[in-house]
Formats: sequence, structure tokens, C-alpha cells
Amino acid sequence: MSTATDLPPAAGVRLAVQAHGITKRYGRTVALNQAKISIVDGQTHGLVGRNGAGKSTLVSILTGLQAPDEGTVAFGGEPAPPLGDRDAWRGRVACVYQKSTIIPALTVAENLFINRQSLTGGSLINWGRMRRRAGDLLAEYGVLVDPARPAAELTVEQRQLVEIARALSFGARFIILDEPTAQLDAAAIDRLFARIRALQHAGVTFLFISHHLREVYEICQTVTVFRDARHILTSPVADLSQDRLVDAMTGEAVGLRQVADRPAVPDSAPAVLAVSGLGLADQFTDVDLTVRRGEVVGLAGSASSGKVAVGEAVVGLRRPDTGEVRVAGQLIRPGSVPHALAGGIGFVPEDRHREGLVPLLSVAENGTMTIADRFGRFGAIAPGRRRAAAQRFITDLAVKTDGPDQPVAGLSGGNQQKVVMARALANDPVVLVLINPTAGVDVRSKETLLDVVDQAAASGTAVVIVSDELDDLRPCDRVLVMSHGRVVRTVARGWTDNELVAAIEGMTAQSAGQPGGGSDAGSGGSPAGAADVNVDADVSADESSGENSGV
Amino acid sequence: MSETPIQATAGPARQRLSLGRFRDLALVPAILVLIVVGALVDPVFLSSANLINVLQQQTELSLLVLAESLILIAGKFDLSLESTVGLAPALSVALIIPAASHGLGTELPAWTAVPICLLIGMAVGAFNGFLILKLKLSAFIVTLGMLIVLRGLQIGFTGGQNLFDLPLSFTYLGSAQWLGLPASVWLAVVAFALGIVLLAYFRQGRALYAIGGNVDAARAAGIRTDRVVWTVLVLGGLIAALAGLLMTGRLGSVAAAQGQNMIFTVFAAAVIGGVSMDGGKGTLFGALCGVLVLGLIQNILTLGGVSAQWIQAIYGVIILVALMLARLTSGKAQD
Repeated sequence: MSTATDLPPAAGVRLAVQAHGITKRYGRTVALNQAKISIVDGQTHGLVGRNGAGKSTLVSILTGLQAPDEGTVAFGGEPAPPLGDRDAWRGRVACVYQKSTIIPALTVAENLFINRQSLTGGSLINWGRMRRRAGDLLAEYGVLVDPARPAAELTVEQRQLVEIARALSFGARFIILDEPTAQLDAAAIDRLFARIRALQHAGVTFLFISHHLREVYEICQTVTVFRDARHILTSPVADLSQDRLVDAMTGEAVGLRQVADRPAVPDSAPAVLAVSGLGLADQFTDVDLTVRRGEVVGLAGSASSGKVAVGEAVVGLRRPDTGEVRVAGQLIRPGSVPHALAGGIGFVPEDRHREGLVPLLSVAENGTMTIADRFGRFGAIAPGRRRAAAQRFITDLAVKTDGPDQPVAGLSGGNQQKVVMARALANDPVVLVLINPTAGVDVRSKETLLDVVDQAAASGTAVVIVSDELDDLRPCDRVLVMSHGRVVRTVARGWTDNELVAAIEGMTAQSAGQPGGGSDAGSGGSPAGAADVNVDADVSADESSGENSGV
Repeated sequence: MSETPIQATAGPARQRLSLGRFRDLALVPAILVLIVVGALVDPVFLSSANLINVLQQQTELSLLVLAESLILIAGKFDLSLESTVGLAPALSVALIIPAASHGLGTELPAWTAVPICLLIGMAVGAFNGFLILKLKLSAFIVTLGMLIVLRGLQIGFTGGQNLFDLPLSFTYLGSAQWLGLPASVWLAVVAFALGIVLLAYFRQGRALYAIGGNVDAARAAGIRTDRVVWTVLVLGGLIAALAGLLMTGRLGSVAAAQGQNMIFTVFAAAVIGGVSMDGGKGTLFGALCGVLVLGLIQNILTLGGVSAQWIQAIYGVIILVALMLARLTSGKAQD
């Protein structure tokens, strides 16, 4: 199984981190089984694997939050400090977790110096000096954030940058980024990558964890694959084809998903969803959208483009100021989710943790929440009928679960998202609105979810996919690109990655040959100089002001 | 990397900062309005005797609000503070006075009364901390249970009687005058000043906000979260016992119902003052303003001749209205 194409480190190569023979058990579950990883100093090292492969456990062992049952960890050739010595750990390794460790109620400056406020003065906290020190620190790393702002006001991107700056300020030169791109739009990802490259030039080593293989090819020099708690392979990315990487992750020889060849939707097909003149202050203006029976329409754009708000307005999560939404000719009451559901709209909300799932309720209850009225009269719910309905979607969507009664919190991210999708499909919708339907899910679950989209379209559902993930948009018959609250372009089926990314970024296709295109895998990208970073900083300032007025 | 125009943000930074301070002062206009209203209702209101009376009556409440605010900011709850106000003085006095005056018969020397009283408060806080942090019980239910247990204990060993035969050292703080003001007022002022400085200018104080705001992040930053919370619970018990001591001195006896029903007012004052029930938000200055607002309202109602039968209903309604006004002026949802 673990026939690794492992490279013994060449003589003279310094290893920033070396973990060897790591085993970690939680009760009967083996989270890591003789796993290992060696990260060369100054490289950006990718770590990929499906949900449950053991990545999170490795992160907690490498950051000293947990001790391995067996095995050793060394930093720069020296054994890792004892678990209790938090300061020593923080001087060696830092992690930007998926879950933010920024405290929203405190200012940026205080977050940077939390629990070491005295660094900025005597035993009394000197607020002015702390803000100045924070300003210096942020400026040193080119993070354009006002240190006096409450951290709650930061965008996801700014928050991550603050966390990276904080990590570096502890003296750590090895930084773990745990799915840093999951909540960023394409432009923000490019800016993040430019920063990673610049820091890498300054001698910082990164461990980059991501579900997006294209990003691994773009930013990493070496990649390690974990599967089923084991180390599978470590290889320079340049020597590894995308298909082989996916094989290593899934353990089977399957290529990336082929786009199902649905026939084009005839012009005579009746329009099911008709959105006209939709507008919401500070979000979007005058959006028109018509989706025919069996058609899949994408809605793309950067995070501040208003695309998510349009999706949410269609399904009733937001109340638009102007315009109307009609399903099969019937007017949907604005801002009413129950009315939208009754009208035949099913939807996957943007964030499954916030709006998609109730974590402690069972798989069955979550998946059938929108149709609880069908299992009995006067609000009564017949458990048998609900279980049967749940069993159907568990089979249809290949949800990996102990059974309908398992709390949904115990599922992996991909399987949770399938339950959200099941909830969207439960009322047999004629219109399906999917907002970031594959965010934070593994390759396999992504395929299942997108297959479901194809099936739904084939059976005549009108589908709207709101996303800037190219893989999500591939099944679309056409993609509407939004910018600053307006639909600016329509891209017909048959687009190339470059073309669509260029449209989303507001460029013409010709000028999109940069790493920002994100499609020329394996090129590694050009090293970003200080000048590039400055430009990016300006862009991020624009972005943040846009966010402020927008959200 | 290269320098960036960070100075460009300094202007708005200062503005926002002063706005932040301003939110802290949101209740000050309300206090001024209440003073004007009070003066119109009855000229006696502005007499120094009445104002000192208002302050002294609010010292015990303000100390409890101080304790509760610390605990709330750290993201926990303590309902049992009001019972500590009664139990700590009652038990320490009962250990000293003879059995004939409802004592327990141990007849400890009189000087031990004050230290024992404070130690009892700390012990209650420590036991709450044990149940909440070690046994991982819900703070709400634990302290609700403790509220009932402590009250029951007090009624049990005093036979439901008030304790009168108090040692002189015990009543001193609650009845003495220092520089023309009651000693208890000075104590409350000092306690708040210390608390405000601790929370604003010390690492340990800021740790409370970090824990209440995001306990995982606080732990990841190296803060010993359990130890800090435990300390705060013990401190809360200590302050509650001190409040009980002051109340005993002011009234000259330990009433069987001493402190009863205070906790609702304590929470109301804290929330009106901007302390979040969810933790991580609020200041002690704001909480103090909350206390003053409620104290002035109560005084004005009394001076206005509102009949004793109705005063409770009106006071409750006014607290609800004050909550709504605080919600409007702060512009944020209370959580």
C-alpha cells in the first residue's frame, strides 16, 4: 500500500521539518499510521489527501498541540521541544488554521500581541505603543490594515494576513497554512500566493494544505499525499501529473471528472426561473436572469461582485429592494424562504456551517428539514417515513455515514455537504440554486455533487450555480460574470479556463497569461518581487473598502 | 517587504478610537437627564444627603455588578453571588456569636469575622469553579443550584432569624465615614478603579476578553484559560462577600433574606452598561454607569411618591425600557 516513490533528501539539503514514524490513535481509530513528512528548508510543500486522510492530526502534532503515540518530530535537525513549552513551539512553527484564531471583539493590534502585551512596554499595557508596534509589524509584511480596527471588521483575507504576520512575529520560519484559500476569491488567492512567494524568498518555509490541486501545482515545489492515515508519496510537483496525484489520493486510477455531455438546451424549452430587474442597495443592481428547463447557468465573479447576494435574494435569504423573481410564471414573495421553497426552489446556501446544517441533529433530520411537513399531519413526524426518505438520499448521494440517526457533526466535510445538497433536493425543486456547492470538500465528494447537478438538469430542473470555482462552473451551459453588482458578461459553453478567469478578473483573454490565470499547472509561477507586492497591497486596499461599503 | 503607506490609515484610526470611547460614555447623557428629572421631581433630590444616600445604597449592588461583569466578560455566569452576599456574613458571624444569639456555639475570636467572611466567598467561587471547569457542568445551572443551596444553608443554621449581635470590627466598613463619605463608597470607587485599570492595562485583564471572545484562540495564544476563569470566579466570590460585609454594616444586622433577588438587577445593570451575556465584550465603566442609572431611577421613584405596592412593577418595566434604549443607542444586538 505504502509503496512510496519517496525521495531520500539529497546531501546538503537542510530539512526545516522532519517527522518520522508518526502513529496517533484516538481510541480504536488510527488517525496516523507510521506517517512521515520531510520538508526542505525554504520550500513551499503541499500536503493533500481526502477528508479523513490524517492531515489535521499531522498539523496538530507538528504544531505541538498533541503528542504522537509513536514517532519523532524534529525542526532544523533538533528534536521538538516538550509539549508544555508553548513559547518554544511558537518560535519554531506557526499555523494559520481554517478556523480563525482571531478574537473578533479585540482590535487588530491587540490580537497581534495577545498574551504578550508587555512586549510593547512595561507591565502596564501602553496602548499607543502597542498600536504603533502593530502598525510597524503589519507594514513590515505589507499588510494594509489599520491596527486600531476591531478584528471583527476584517475580511477573511485580511484576517489571514494578520494571522500570518502574527506567526512571523514570534520568530517562526515554518508556517502551516491549513486550507487558506477555501474562503477566498480568485483575486485574493493570487495576492496570497504573491505573498507566499515573497516570504519564501525571504527564507520562510510553508506547508500548504489544500483541496485544490491546481493551487498545489501553482504554489508548491514538492507535494506529499496522505491517504487512510498513511503517507503515500512525496514528489516534486513538476514530476507528477495531475492524474497520478489524484490516483494517489483516491487509491484508484481515476482521472479528473469528465464533463457530462448534456445536449444543448433548445431555445424552445420553457423558461422556469425568470429574474428581472433585481436590485439590492450596496450589493447588486438591475440583474436579469432567465433559466430554461434543464439549463445550468453559472453566476461567477469576485467576492465583492455581489454574486452570492443575488443567489441569496433569489432563494429568499435576502429581501431585494427592486425587481421580481418568478418560478414557472408564479411570483415569489421577496425575502421569504418558505414561499421560495413552496414555489419550487431548492438551494444550497453559501456556508454549510452557518446556514446549511444543524450540527447536533441527525443526518435524517437535517436532510429532510425542508419537507418535515410530509411525514405526518399537524406537525407530527413519523420517524419511519423520515428514515426511509433519509435512506433514499444516503444511497442516491453516496453519503458516508453510520446511518440516518448519526449526528451530522460526525461526518466529514464532503459528506456534510452532500446532506446539504440532499436538503436542497428534498422538495423536488424545479429550480435549484447552488451557492459554492463544493467549498471545502474532497475531490471525490466534489464529483458526486457535480454529478447530482448533471442528473438534476437532465431531469428538467433549472440550475443556477453561484461560484468562482472553475470546476463548479464546468457543467454550465453559460456563465454570467458579475462585477461590482452588475452582470458584465455572458460566457457561452466551451470556454477555456483562461478565458473565464480573465472575464472574472475583468481582463481580456490575451492579457491573462499570468500566474493569476491559474490554469497553466506546474509552471510554478514567476517569483514575485517587492514591486508586485506593493501593487497587490493597493489592490487589497481597494478590495477592503469595497467590502466595507458592500457588506 | 517594502514599506507601505500605513500612515494613511492613522487619521481614521484616531476617529474610530474616539468613537469607541464614545460608546463607553453612552449612558452618561442618560445619567445627566436623570439628575435633571430628579431635581424637577423633588428639590430634596439634589441635597448632598440624598445623593450620598443613593451612592451608599448602590455600593453593594455596584460591587456585585463589578464581580458579575468580570465573570461575564470571561464568558461565564455566576448567579450564586446574591446568596453569597447573605451567607458569607451570616456564617462568619454565626461562628463567633454565642449560641444564645443564634450562633453555632464555636465562639471564635471576634477579629476572625471579617477574614472568615471573605474566605467563605472565595471558597464558594472556588467550588463553583471546580464544578464548572473540572466537572464541565453548565455554569448557569451550577450557580443556580448554588444560589438555592447557599440561601437554604443560611436559613438552616440561623433558623430563619436575623443576626444582630455583631462584633464591632464587622460593622465598621459598612458604617464608617471617611472624609465625609461613607467608607463603603470609597471602597467601591477603589474597586472599580482597580478593575478598570486591570481590564484595560494588564495582560491578565485582557486575557478575560480573549477567553470570553474565543476560548480556543486564547488557549492557542498560550493563555491558561481554566486558571484565569477559576481565578475570576474566586475573585467574584470574594467581592460578593465584601458586598455582604458592607450591607451588614450599613443595616446593623444580617438579614435572613440579605441579597435576595439582587441578581436580576445585577444582570440588568451589566447589560444596560454594555456587558455582553455572550462574553468578551463590555467595560467596567459601562457597567458602573448601568448601576448609577438604575440607582437614580429607584431614588426618583421613591422621591416621586410612587406607592410601595407599585414600585416593583414600575421598576421592572423601567429596566426593560432601559434595555431597549441601550439596544437603540449602542445599535447592536444584545447577546
